[in-house]
Amino acid sequence: MTGPGFFSRVFDWFTDPVQWSGPTSIPIRFLEHIVTSGVSVAIAAAIALPVAMYIGHRRRFELMVISVANLGRAVPSFGLLVLFVIIIGLRLTWPASLRPSIILAMVLLAIPPILTNTYVGIQGVDPDLLESSRGMGMSETQVLRRIELPLAAPLIVAGLRIAAVQVVATATLAAIVAGGGFGRYIIDGFATSDEVKIFGGALLVALLAILTELAFGVLERAVTPRSMSRAEVRMQTVEVRTPPVAGTGY
Amino acid sequence: MTGAVEFDWEWVVEHLDLIGALLLDHVILTALAVGIGLVISFPLAVLAHRNRRLFPPITWAAGILYTIPSLALFALLVPFTGLTKVTAEIGLVSYTLLILIRNIVVGLDGVPADTKEAARGMGYTDRQLLWRVELPLALPAVVAGIRIATVTTIGLVTVTAIITEGGLGQLILDALQRRLDFTRAFTGASLSLLLAIGADVLLIGVQRFLTPWARGRVLAR
Repeated sequence: MTGPGFFSRVFDWFTDPVQWSGPTSIPIRFLEHIVTSGVSVAIAAAIALPVAMYIGHRRRFELMVISVANLGRAVPSFGLLVLFVIIIGLRLTWPASLRPSIILAMVLLAIPPILTNTYVGIQGVDPDLLESSRGMGMSETQVLRRIELPLAAPLIVAGLRIAAVQVVATATLAAIVAGGGFGRYIIDGFATSDEVKIFGGALLVALLAILTELAFGVLERAVTPRSMSRAEVRMQTVEVRTPPVAGTGY
Repeated sequence: MTGAVEFDWEWVVEHLDLIGALLLDHVILTALAVGIGLVISFPLAVLAHRNRRLFPPITWAAGILYTIPSLALFALLVPFTGLTKVTAEIGLVSYTLLILIRNIVVGLDGVPADTKEAARGMGYTDRQLLWRVELPLALPAVVAGIRIATVTTIGLVTVTAIITEGGLGQLILDALQRRLDFTRAFTGASLSLLLAIGADVLLIGVQRFLTPWARGRVLAR
């Protein structure tokens, strides 16, 4: 266990020049973590957004969407990750941040929050508003683009935020199956019983997750229409990862 | 080196004892985390409900704990509490706090003012009001919080195998160490999923039993 001076050793670890250049340095690990996470969220969004827009606009399949949210919460991310690695293989020739097994598992975990929140956002737009837009001669595409999407924007971003934080967490676990990123420090630290490395890596991961949450929070605020309060958005957000203030809705 | 993607039923039948023990361990780790989480969350939620100014800092702190990825949170504790079940439990409990506090506060907030006034008119003290009026009426939201905390914790317990033996995550980790054994990984992951779904359904039943007046109204999403 830790002796005295533990924190100063952690400080030394961070300030060691070795940590700032070379293939296992903090900047490289940071890039790996960001690339894996970014690619996964982007693919998940490319799949989930159009589907959620369509079914949200049509106001159908509500039960399916709720089930996807619930199932997404129940799937163990560690298990999914390992299963994909077994089925697809490690593919060690691929760059550490783009291994297909890892990306695929993370895409699957990122879809539910994006899907449900986009759906809830679009489907929650006041029907009277839609009717008057149609009365004004708007086509269905125009209704979706000019009315539904802007009003659903805060919830869409909330879905992306939850997905991104979840993916940053899973990318950390991916170090166990030879992925890159900050998780490497933790897993390599475990392998060599290097508590300073474990702690340093964990700090980096925690910081990255909190910054991701904050960055999307700022974006969420920026796209919130002035007519809508933050509390309103919060109440509607279906946190597949964090949950809802449930028990009230539906 | 890809392991054969083939499910070996024989292995499962031969290792039912081990699987059962790990499943039980998983249930205990989860129940302990949600139980302790509830004991910590309840007073904090009541405090935040009565004194509104305390709500933002309490949820802010719980939110930060919630945002830190599980493996990182465990790793932050390892230098102090070691590769132990204590480390696992502290981490798991931390994740339940945000979920539970938020839901309890929402439940308490939802109690109609008229009802509370009527109870006060009947001479209820603050304590009686809380236990006999507010809490029963808040129960659907509280149980919804327990459901989500439980389902989330069951998933996170699989990760604790990385720091300390036990739980279904052990099978997943063993699969990695035994040349990517599909049978172990699939058994661990699918049992964890089934356990989460089972616990969710069970808790819906508990909620219906406890709050017969709210039947059909509360469908947590």
